[in-house]
Amino acid sequence: MLLIPCPWCGPRNQVEFTYGGDATLQRPANDASVAAWFAYVYLRDNPKGPLDELWLHSAGCRSWFKVRRDTRTHDILGSTRIGQNLPAIARDAK
Amino acid sequence: MRYSIFSLARNALRHHEHWPLAWRSPAPKKHYDAVIVGGGGHGLATAYYLARNHGVTSVAVLEKGWLGGGNTGRNTTIVRSNYHLDANAHFYEFSLKLWEGLSHDLNFNVMYSARGVLNLAHSPSDVDAAMRRGNAMRLNGIDAKFLSRDEIARWIPNLECSTNARFPVMGGLLQPRGGTVRHDAVAWGYARAADALGVDIIQQCEVTGIRIERGAVVGLDTTQGFIGTPKIGIAVAGHSGHVAAMAVIKLPIESHVLQAMVSEPVKPVLDTVVTSGAVHFYISQSDKGELVMGGDLDFYNSYAQRGNLPVIEHVTAACLALFPSFGRLKLMRTWGGIMDMTMDGSPIIAKLPVRGLYMTGGWCYGGFKATPASGWMHAHTIANDAPHPLNAAFTLKRFEQGAMIDEKGAGPYAWAH
Repeated sequence: MLLIPCPWCGPRNQVEFTYGGDATLQRPANDASVAAWFAYVYLRDNPKGPLDELWLHSAGCRSWFKVRRDTRTHDILGSTRIGQNLPAIARDAK
Repeated sequence: MRYSIFSLARNALRHHEHWPLAWRSPAPKKHYDAVIVGGGGHGLATAYYLARNHGVTSVAVLEKGWLGGGNTGRNTTIVRSNYHLDANAHFYEFSLKLWEGLSHDLNFNVMYSARGVLNLAHSPSDVDAAMRRGNAMRLNGIDAKFLSRDEIARWIPNLECSTNARFPVMGGLLQPRGGTVRHDAVAWGYARAADALGVDIIQQCEVTGIRIERGAVVGLDTTQGFIGTPKIGIAVAGHSGHVAAMAVIKLPIESHVLQAMVSEPVKPVLDTVVTSGAVHFYISQSDKGELVMGGDLDFYNSYAQRGNLPVIEHVTAACLALFPSFGRLKLMRTWGGIMDMTMDGSPIIAKLPVRGLYMTGGWCYGGFKATPASGWMHAHTIANDAPHPLNAAFTLKRFEQGAMIDEKGAGPYAWAH
């Protein structure tokens, strides 16, 4: 069971939340190239390790926020409000 | 040794002490004409068809763990070809035809059981969708039959078909030739048959890097040293993005965990495969007597090969809504496998943008039933450096071109398919 720390409501059971995917994607400008839009819509880093992702507290405060979670272990490493950043992730070269 | 009634009798008389090993475990050579990364069903099938269909026998299969230890040994063993879209329908039908003859082809009993796959319809719109898909299948030459509620209730007496049901059964689409296959036997059968044709199967050999010179692959770095090859086929679904990243290729794929589970074994109670899209649930009974069940993804990116309790609760609740009498059974085991979830729910069997690099992956929920056709098409693509007509649509480029094969029309969300 994931215990997800909502920045507004505190730690809550995962069944209250909806997943929103990779939070690091940056939406391109409306007039950006097709290649930039393709990369934004379809391509994913899909890291094996810490991943910043969006979650919605759908059965709670209805806010979107960011969670950092390790995809190898499901350990939750932190969370923050939209517009704020979690500390930079140190990734090994591989 | 060819397996037959005679070899069985001969070895029985020798107290089964002299059966040869089913395949060799050679040390890797310095160079191969082609190397397949991943010793699951898809990788072993690729190697087998490379040797059998294309005469390419200088082939190695590299597996970081043991054969069939990934998704080949973690699925719910269902095979079917009940797809709506043409590209999927023809591909999976080709696969089902290969399943039908596979035990003879490999001289290894994969225990294909054509027990039927029944998709339940729980609402008038479910019925319409089932009819439409059934008609599309029949137009594509695939067997499909719509069953009424009464026919289903007579056939499957322990299925809750009363009008009081939480999810009332209003009918169902049956594919009679669908069914189950013993999954471990698929890996072992392909491994043995490929080995007999000269393929080297190398276990506990993890690929750590792909070497590229002037835009073409020249070999792989592995935990057992460098292996030179001009052609590499990646068949590591669950980790496709991870391996493709070694060649600096980013894929339209996310890795998600899908759980499955079995009950304690009981006497025969269910002689077909029952699935329900409304509750996203599928169930069959193994030859050992266990009820094999699965449901949805856990819905978050994962490489963990294990999931969480809410999905297990959902699957068991769905099971009890459809089969109330199974409420007395205990769950015996649960496990998870890592799915390559593509952005349209369909696979990628294609050349990658580095010369000599190919992949079969992006199998979402559906990799096991595709195993023979995936290997066949992957081998064809590697041998000819061009796709077979049946995998020509499953390109990496289709996402860029807007030519999605989106069976569910769910949009570019990897976990939505």
